[in-house]
Amino acid sequence: MNKIVIENLSLQYSDGTESLRDISLDIPEKAISVLFGPAGGGKSTLLRCLNRLNDLTEVKASSGQVLIDGVDILDPGTDVITLRRKVGMVFARPVVLPLSIRGNLTYGLELAGEKHRSKLDEAVERSLKLAALWDEVKDRLGDPAIALSGGQQQRLCLARSLALQPEIILLDEPTSGLDPISTGKVEAALQELKKEYTIILVPHSVQQAGRTADYAAFFLQGELIEYGEGKSLFTAPKEKRTEDYITGRFG
Amino acid sequence: MKNIFTRNRHRTERIGFAAITLMAIATVLPIVATVIYIIVKGAPAVSFEFLTDFPREGMRAGGILPAIIGTIYLTVGTAIFSVPLGIAAAIYLSEYAADSPLTRTIRIAIINLAGIPSVVYGLFGLGLFVLFLNFGTSILAASLTLSIMTLPVIISTAEESLRAVPQAFRTVSISLGATRWQTIRRIVLKEALPGILTGVILGLERAAGETAPILFTGAAFFLPRLPQSPFDATMALPYHLFVISTQVPEMPIQIQYGTALVLLVFVLTMNLIATVIRSRARAKRQW
Repeated sequence: MNKIVIENLSLQYSDGTESLRDISLDIPEKAISVLFGPAGGGKSTLLRCLNRLNDLTEVKASSGQVLIDGVDILDPGTDVITLRRKVGMVFARPVVLPLSIRGNLTYGLELAGEKHRSKLDEAVERSLKLAALWDEVKDRLGDPAIALSGGQQQRLCLARSLALQPEIILLDEPTSGLDPISTGKVEAALQELKKEYTIILVPHSVQQAGRTADYAAFFLQGELIEYGEGKSLFTAPKEKRTEDYITGRFG
Repeated sequence: MKNIFTRNRHRTERIGFAAITLMAIATVLPIVATVIYIIVKGAPAVSFEFLTDFPREGMRAGGILPAIIGTIYLTVGTAIFSVPLGIAAAIYLSEYAADSPLTRTIRIAIINLAGIPSVVYGLFGLGLFVLFLNFGTSILAASLTLSIMTLPVIISTAEESLRAVPQAFRTVSISLGATRWQTIRRIVLKEALPGILTGVILGLERAAGETAPILFTGAAFFLPRLPQSPFDATMALPYHLFVISTQVPEMPIQIQYGTALVLLVFVLTMNLIATVIRSRARAKRQW
């Protein structure tokens, strides 16, 4: 079942940087889809289309459709607030808000109007457990989030998106600044999460792409070169450029 | 040979270093000297009676209560107008306005506003608030005039503090389903608040010490009673100091210095509060 259907999506930023050229891509639900390729290929841009975070950037031109559950979210009439609650995002650098650990987790829910303490507590515990952080922080939820280690902060960011009970989680190189152990914890958490959530991951290395991908899409200079099941794409790529990149001949 | 060169270099460096240190000390001297001088000359005049009594005998005796109260009124009045307006303008410039000819014009206007001599503000206030809007010579007119003078300081420091808040906080907040305003209110303003407060206090401090802007708009030479409404004129410390220093013959000199001391303490206390807020926030800052 395809959660997201991208049809002929093109986009250009006003400052002439990264752009997308005629991307068509079906992203299945409850799986990890990996967008990989060299820097500047359009992976982050595509992610930012899916929760309309590109609205914050000056976009020169865009065309095409992005259907989530059959609804075109690029339509100007889309309620972006609701969309962003449904499509969570984790960024490359862990950015914890200047609040307590708990405050970070309840931030989105409180904005959404949730006032019941029991519901908030429940969300805090559930999301921390999902992000494999509960045992490490359960006794100090009131501490400033900034006091956590980098790896813990990134899992907190993951938990923060999960607290809103999204359906889709976008991860933009979530482990690029983390040590191997923390990276392992995040990847393990993702393997659990994919049972319930649709996950789109921009990995920070080809190796991570290979480890995590159920489906993989190779991007090069704004174009989608190849897309398919992770296993076959990494073992037997159809395109020469994909093969060259995977085997380390460029990028 | 080599040793001589190194020694010379060391000596040059030491001399240079000493010169710079001296200059740094020299910048502190005038303020220290002024403060000490005023304290020494003025302290004997300052007493409980001096702070709580009306001037008597043509201001040659008694206290300066109405001037103290008047300066407090004017400072509060200035804050009422300039703080909300200044912060709102800073939020607009930092958070909402795109870089356009309009915002560039606003910025240039603000910078130029800061460079206008204070007496010109006074004349402007006379024309607009006292005469055209018919507020008369009043606390209201004087506060509004001081507000205009204070605005550039508040706007520019507040804008700077807002811009110092990392962009990533905004992006993350938006990605969690916050609106721009929710992001500003719950994250950005909270983080920028100490910086904004510092700017506000420094701006108000300047307003509290100014004479020229209130000269034509709200300051009274002498009043036998405290102002009863915002439409009354008021005595104020800086103007009172000017009056008793230049306009009253046979003025006892310690009253002049006593008044100067009270004004100085008033302004320096505000400065100190600003410094404390700033250093506390710096110690607490997490980014």
